[in-house]
Amino acid sequence: MEYAIVLLPLLGSIISGFFGKRLGSKLCQILTSSFVSISAILSLFIFYEVFAQDYSSNKIIFGWINSGDFQVNWSIYIDPLTSVMLVVVSLISAIIHFYSIGYMSQDPHKPRFMAYLSLFTFAMLTLITADNFLQLFFGWEGVGLCSYLLIGFWYKKPTANAAAMKAFIVNRVGDFGFAIGIFLVFFFYGTVNYNEVFQQTPLLLQKEIFFLGLEINLITLICLLLFIGAMGKSAQILLHTWLPDAMEGPTPVSALIHAATMVTAGVFLVVRCSPIFEYSQTALNIVALVGMITAFFAATVALVQNDIKKIVAYSTCSQLGYMFFAAGIGAYHVAIFHLFTHAFFKALLFLGSGCVIHSFNEEQDIRSMGGVWKKIPYTYALMLVGTLALTGFPFLSGYYSKDAIIEFAYLRGTSIGYLAAAVGIFTALLTAIYSWRLIFKTFHGKYNNKENSLNSIHESPLTMLIPSCLLAIGAILTGILFKEIFIGHDSAQFWNNSILFLNSIQNNHPPIWLLILTPTLVVITIPVAYYLFIENEKILKNFILKNQFLYNFLVNKWYFDELYNFIFVEPLKKIGLFFWTKGDINTIDRYGPDGLSRLVKIISNKSVHFQSGYLYHYAFVMLIGLSILLTYLILY
Amino acid sequence: MIEIGLGHYLTLAAIIFTIGIIGIFLNRKNVITILMSIELILLAVNINLVSFSIYLQNLVGQVFSMFILTVAAAEAAVGLAIIVIYYKNKGSINVEHISSLKG
Repeated sequence: MEYAIVLLPLLGSIISGFFGKRLGSKLCQILTSSFVSISAILSLFIFYEVFAQDYSSNKIIFGWINSGDFQVNWSIYIDPLTSVMLVVVSLISAIIHFYSIGYMSQDPHKPRFMAYLSLFTFAMLTLITADNFLQLFFGWEGVGLCSYLLIGFWYKKPTANAAAMKAFIVNRVGDFGFAIGIFLVFFFYGTVNYNEVFQQTPLLLQKEIFFLGLEINLITLICLLLFIGAMGKSAQILLHTWLPDAMEGPTPVSALIHAATMVTAGVFLVVRCSPIFEYSQTALNIVALVGMITAFFAATVALVQNDIKKIVAYSTCSQLGYMFFAAGIGAYHVAIFHLFTHAFFKALLFLGSGCVIHSFNEEQDIRSMGGVWKKIPYTYALMLVGTLALTGFPFLSGYYSKDAIIEFAYLRGTSIGYLAAAVGIFTALLTAIYSWRLIFKTFHGKYNNKENSLNSIHESPLTMLIPSCLLAIGAILTGILFKEIFIGHDSAQFWNNSILFLNSIQNNHPPIWLLILTPTLVVITIPVAYYLFIENEKILKNFILKNQFLYNFLVNKWYFDELYNFIFVEPLKKIGLFFWTKGDINTIDRYGPDGLSRLVKIISNKSVHFQSGYLYHYAFVMLIGLSILLTYLILY
Repeated sequence: MIEIGLGHYLTLAAIIFTIGIIGIFLNRKNVITILMSIELILLAVNINLVSFSIYLQNLVGQVFSMFILTVAAAEAAVGLAIIVIYYKNKGSINVEHISSLKG
């Protein structure tokens, strides 16, 4: 069963990728979708077994590296954490496979698209089922590759190619840290298998090593390096720039990879390594701090963006920040719970955006939308559910997970915990504002689109609406259904040994004002946002005019791209140009191959003159040669 | 009165040989001059052979010089014939213009 879950998507990908032309796009779509669906159903079954019977296993597919003491296997490791991730990945993936059938119906390269999607699912599954860091890294790079391929799927668009490369290169920065982290683990532990590493960690607590001239605690260093990898994958601040650009890819890709699954791999990594992170308070604080800054930063940027997908992308970034600071304050199970609910409602928001874009005939700017909620009621309803869940409207999934993060942060009782709670509440407010801005600008107010008439706005096909509906059900219900299992009183029993809590947070009830504060803020925001964005836009315009600097600062995403361009891209381009023109062309080529060929040419041009055709020249040469020969013979 | 010995003969031969060689190289006009220069070289060799033959009291050298004369005559005949044909084809036997060996 475990084998089928992981290998069926790979099989589908191979069939669709290599034989897509011969089989036809229809068959490919059905084949890949059904394979992934089977693995989704099996994942649910596994999850049930883990939940009901404490099932856990480690199936070894075959040995990968076996060199002396160093042993690494391809394996399928099932524990509670993996089972939750299995459900998220395979279920969302299956839904999005079906959605893609509708969304990509006009595209000429359907088999290729389905092959990439299935390959991504396979890579993600190998990532989460790994029982060692090396297989994790394989999956990590595999999803990175698929992300690159899918962002650049419309390879004729230069912006898509640039975005794909940006995603790949920015991720390399993170992966560099991640790889060094794994090297350190192997160097000091002598193994990369989770179980052995986690068992040995308490023995190495006092070890200090020299790194870049600093004496630093080994565990802290390993955690920080692993976290750098997680930052790259999960688009945390400083390494987040690729995520908004990745929206150049098709919308199903954004929903699957850049909202629900791949970007949460970083969170998964931190939670999976909780037995290491727990021993380094420094590293945990940094994780929490980075998460907080990201949550706040991305939410502020999302306030002023105008591209519907970019708003949702920054929102993803912000929610990932929530997950990280939840992990940073030691509430790993809450982080995973938020990851779980977030996967549903954020994928739903992306699919809803895809429907909107489809209805508006490839229009993505929310300024050219508006007033269409009666024309596309189903899409409207879906987006509404997604937004309510995201903002944490009471009793939808986001309410349970996000508020839980804030509560746990508060209950942690340390200064960083209080700070996290404050940032969490404020960011929740910002989240509500930008989410409702998106809804109101898109569906309410005046109709602003000049290219398409109001009558041409049409509802999306059923193949797109039904998968979205499934996600909407998930977005509504996952919070209520799984709250007790994931973060309730008996959650420690469910998580078993997959997450380590050194000093678990006391399950005291938080003060009542904290419980009420966030939902109240969120609910109040709805009419306020309606007033600001629809009824009376002048207030907002005046505000923008008065605070032009702040507005520009946010519209330009805190100038991160400009800064990176200035610090990294331009100098690197110059260095590259220097090495290319001066180093390669003017030195190596000039004195290497080009120089040799020029030398041969010069010599042959010179030696041509020997062959003058005049008899006396030849005779002279003969004589000279003869006399030299004779001289030689006589003398020696 | 100076006794004329082997040295004088050899010097003469060397001078004639050199004249022949220089005749080949410095000649810019006529192919016939080259032929004549070659004859001079052969003559110089003949003088050498004959003088050594007398000096060593050995007739073989003189026999050789007879052979050389014969060959030289034949060579002159063939060379002149070539020049006649060449003149018929090209209309000139100027050495400066004979460079069809050039690649």
